[in-house]
Amino acid sequence: MSYDVPLAPGDEPAEIHADLDRAGWPLWEVFVRAKRGLNHAHVGSLHAPDAETAIQNARDGYTRRAEGVSVWVVRSAEIHASDDADSMFGPFEDKPYRHPTFYEIPDEVGQL
Amino acid sequence: MGTEAGAARFEEIIEADEKIEPRDWMPDGYRSTVIRQMAQHAHSEVIGMQPEANWITRAPTLLRKAILMAKVQDEAGHGLYLYSATETLGVSRDELNELLHTGKQKYSSIFNYPTLSWADMGAIGWLVDGAAIVNQIVLQRTSYGPYSRAMVKICKEESFHARQGYSIMMALANGSDEQKAMAQDAIDRWWWPALMMFGPHDSESPHTEQSMAWKVKRITNDDLRQMFIDQTVPQAHYLGCTIPDDDLEYNEDTGHWAIGEIDWDEFWSTIKGDGRLNRERIAHKTKAWEDGAWVREAATAYAAKRSVSLEASA
Amino acid sequence: MNTLTTSTPLSTYAVRLADDNVVLGQRLGEYISMAPELEEDLAIGNTALDHIGIARFLFTYAGELEGDGRSEDDFAMFRPERAYTNALLVEQPNTDFAHILVRQFFFDAYQVPLWERLMASTDSRLAGIAAKGLKEATYHLRRSSTWVVRLGDGTPESHARTQAAIDGLWRYTVELCSTDNVETTLAEHGIAPMATDLASDWARTVDTVFEEATLTRCADDFQTSGGRIGMHTEYLGHLLAEMQWMQRSYPGLTW
Repeated sequence: MSYDVPLAPGDEPAEIHADLDRAGWPLWEVFVRAKRGLNHAHVGSLHAPDAETAIQNARDGYTRRAEGVSVWVVRSAEIHASDDADSMFGPFEDKPYRHPTFYEIPDEVGQL
Repeated sequence: MGTEAGAARFEEIIEADEKIEPRDWMPDGYRSTVIRQMAQHAHSEVIGMQPEANWITRAPTLLRKAILMAKVQDEAGHGLYLYSATETLGVSRDELNELLHTGKQKYSSIFNYPTLSWADMGAIGWLVDGAAIVNQIVLQRTSYGPYSRAMVKICKEESFHARQGYSIMMALANGSDEQKAMAQDAIDRWWWPALMMFGPHDSESPHTEQSMAWKVKRITNDDLRQMFIDQTVPQAHYLGCTIPDDDLEYNEDTGHWAIGEIDWDEFWSTIKGDGRLNRERIAHKTKAWEDGAWVREAATAYAAKRSVSLEASA
Repeated sequence: MNTLTTSTPLSTYAVRLADDNVVLGQRLGEYISMAPELEEDLAIGNTALDHIGIARFLFTYAGELEGDGRSEDDFAMFRPERAYTNALLVEQPNTDFAHILVRQFFFDAYQVPLWERLMASTDSRLAGIAAKGLKEATYHLRRSSTWVVRLGDGTPESHARTQAAIDGLWRYTVELCSTDNVETTLAEHGIAPMATDLASDWARTVDTVFEEATLTRCADDFQTSGGRIGMHTEYLGHLLAEMQWMQRSYPGLTW
């Protein structure tokens, strides 16, 4: 519920320091398995002092509408992410022979 | 990625209507605009809990009480999703709280108005959430990935908010003379502030052009406001209520409702911090934060003791 | 719409359990938007909704049992202080976070064994409500225990505040696991347990959590009661005045 709140005349935009190391409850990433048979999917994050509280907060914050049967919580600091998408993932874009659709098999041959 | 290559890639992604993700290169202006918008959106959700929480204990039926609790809880949840999205850009919740409490970051002007009667719960759900929905549906297409995904989640939950508000208004409109008067009084007080939620005319809004180019903003303030007006005026008439605007007129040619001029003095003074309840809203939030300091510290201390003992036994 | 004419032991019992939940739900509702963190506001909201929900089921059942056409709102909004039969514990105020969580913990430690036994009730409606209630109360107890431990074994300040909350609320705890003629009658028919049967479970839960939390029972073992016969503390009247205001001011309308 909001919109882009404009600056009042004479106001300066706030300076952001963007340092995640400030004191306070650490940040956790939350993964929810929506129902049996599915993977856990990332749904967001929350702050909690420890794992038990993080699990409870995840349950209260991210599964209220019967959206989950299981939650995982991981300290955000423990998530390691890739970068440099070009060299990491680019080389896989031009190897179509890894996909079944690359191969033309006549229909009469049957199940292949 | 080098700046030139990064900038080129950034433009490509925006051009293709794809999403910018947290680790992508982005211009400093884009980063600060998105941080500011997400943070202020989050602050709005959190402050927005207060006007409605004011009526939880006095809801006229147990069902209305439960619905109102669920709604206010959703506002907290939306704040959570939005703080979560903001934190992907490296800002901490602590810093965001400080910016809110010291007035350096703002929240939507609408929440500085008081909820004076039960009918306000109807008016807020219908008009305020209604206006927010118009904005938020469009924001689902915003270019920053985490913000866009938060908006999709929020939109799914928000539609119950507008419907429960309108259902309150319908009950009042079909009720006693006192209830009808209560409903009309609430509309009289919330209509113009709801229109102000869409912000100043785009001609007065220096950010609009750049925000649109970056696809942070997808539709202009005035266009969104007009969408809201056109969908809402008939809803008010359906209730047998009037809109408090003598200049309100339907234009057959354009198919739009024309309105009178918004009181921009009231708008800007509320943004500056001199609206009816700005001080009270911040005081309430700050008090909750400060009163809760010992609780947060206790939990942190307990966790620290546990990790020390885990290390010791390792 | 005021005096009981066709109450039975079972309807009286259902109202008693409903009263516990509606009053506690109301107290938690007062606290929404004041919690120490956003995540806590969410959690308090869920707990409050659970209690209001259970209250609604129980009031509705009581109304059906009486057969006078009393609705859940008739029970909640049109009974005066002396007709309310909640335990005194749940009407105690939200003095601070420690009081809120200790109050909750004491109540949860009683609710869990209560619902466990009520699931075996020969009254199938009550058993059904108990099954739902047990899932909710199990989570509530997990949450409140988690907090009591963290507050008790957190900082010196949190420990002091939590011990003070225990000392302030202790006097309302024996009432939870106390019994009366209503229960005796129901127990004979296998409809409800005697609350006294819950006392050892309650004590075991409380003592286990207290030990982990480095907290102790109150040294002063003074006890007070009377809630079940409408003899409340001075808090309930104010709580009901606020809760019932709209219906009392505008009776007979639809909202």
